[in-house]
Amino acid sequence: MILLDRVSKTYNRKGAALERISLHVEPKEFVIIVGPSGAGKSTLFKLLTREEKPTSGKIIVGGMDYERLKDKDVPLLRRKIGVVFQDFKLLTNKTVWENVAFALEIAGIPNAEIKHTVPKVLDVVGLKGKENNYPLELSGGERQRVAIARAIVRQPKILIADEPTGNLDPKHAWDVIKVLEKVNRFGTTVLLTTHNQEIVNALKRRVVTIKDGKIVSDRAVGQYKAQ
Amino acid sequence: MKSRRYIAFERIIKSGVINFGRNIWLAIAAIAMMTITLTILLFAFVANVTFNHTISDITSHIDVSVYLKDSVTDSQRNKLTSEIYQVNNVKSISYISKAQALKDYEAINANNPNLLAAISETDNPLPASLDIKPKDPNQLQSIKDFLDKPEIQALQSDPTSYSGDRKAAIDNITRATHFFQEAGVVGIIVFILISMLIIFNTIRMAIFNRRDELVIMRLLGASTAFIRGPFIVETMLYGAAAASISLVLCAALFKIASSTLQASSLGLLDIGYSNRFFGGHLGEILTLQILIGILIGAASSYTATKRYLKLNR
Repeated sequence: MILLDRVSKTYNRKGAALERISLHVEPKEFVIIVGPSGAGKSTLFKLLTREEKPTSGKIIVGGMDYERLKDKDVPLLRRKIGVVFQDFKLLTNKTVWENVAFALEIAGIPNAEIKHTVPKVLDVVGLKGKENNYPLELSGGERQRVAIARAIVRQPKILIADEPTGNLDPKHAWDVIKVLEKVNRFGTTVLLTTHNQEIVNALKRRVVTIKDGKIVSDRAVGQYKAQ
Repeated sequence: MKSRRYIAFERIIKSGVINFGRNIWLAIAAIAMMTITLTILLFAFVANVTFNHTISDITSHIDVSVYLKDSVTDSQRNKLTSEIYQVNNVKSISYISKAQALKDYEAINANNPNLLAAISETDNPLPASLDIKPKDPNQLQSIKDFLDKPEIQALQSDPTSYSGDRKAAIDNITRATHFFQEAGVVGIIVFILISMLIIFNTIRMAIFNRRDELVIMRLLGASTAFIRGPFIVETMLYGAAAASISLVLCAALFKIASSTLQASSLGLLDIGYSNRFFGGHLGEILTLQILIGILIGAASSYTATKRYLKLNR
């Protein structure tokens, strides 16, 4: 599903943000990526969403070779990958419903289908009844679940969650993680970065540790060791 | 079933209209500037039409009159007529007989009994004449050359009349028209550039105001057209709004101008005609105005979005 082959990314002369990273993620896998700030996790995600291009190396996601990807095809790629951010990136002037529907509108989905799909997805993330609320009226955990709903509403094969629990208290963090597990059970490959040791250890999933731009460990049922 | 492309198009238009409503205060400067530009354009256009009308009006009256001696026979006259037709630049020739000339004279001077009395005392002193209408009133030389030949001169009772004073007037008007046309073109270009610059800036500010939304749209996989389209639709609406305002403004100005200036008609500009032309072509003028407005808007926002939306990331 995701294949990185000796991928490096250098922003300037100071040194590489990522150095010869090789990573293979199977379909329907749930992979947690851990590592200290500045280790290169965000750079890795930016490469996957094609916000950045690698300095060298090969990236293939969902059968698409990034080297052969034209600029005009980037939107199509992004529609196949669901993305969740630490700061939610919701449109504050749109309601919960409109935020989720927005992802479908962009993709040119007919209105009838949008009306049909959005309630189902809001149900999956447990936000039934909040359709007409604006993001600022919601708690952090609820906002992040809106963002997840928006990311999965197009039924992507891959969901990338960059520190989705970073701004949340433990209870809300767990709500979000549970939703991610649910999405994974439905068959979506999930890539999650987090600092939260407790979550990593409780999930008992594959853990990839990045440090100084390199993968230092990759374990099938990993533990997050505090620095 | 509507295609995705059509649905996207519909949504681009819709969000452009919504943004137009939201940004209306930001857009006022751009719309005002565009209104001024379109108004100037419209005035220049109508003035040009009016000048051309005035010129063709006067030139259609210009002619060359050849006065014939009473001794000229019908066959001599016919021969002369066919010879004149051979000369370059002759559009038509009409014959005015002595009797017709007298009738015309009486009609013109109907209010002047003294002149009528003077002419009736003698036996019709008015000569018959050939009225030559030239194709181009500025090129009378070839006709003049022909008529000045001695054998042709011999048939004429009086010197040829060239409507000389009228020609000078036409020359003046033509010169004025050219000047106004040139000045108009320069002025219009300057104003179009200024309004494009202002729209450009307006869009830049709109992009800046909505940068968060644009980043999100990009990350969610919105296509370039979907991000850019609404901005272009928005400025097209500026153009349409400006065109409508400009037309109302011009209608009011023409109404005032035609009632106050018509009395002191300058001869050069027939305001009445301008007003009639404006009223008669309202639909076409509005369409043209809107088209130009939309074009100016689209061109400037196209450039602004190209420059300020980092579309390829």
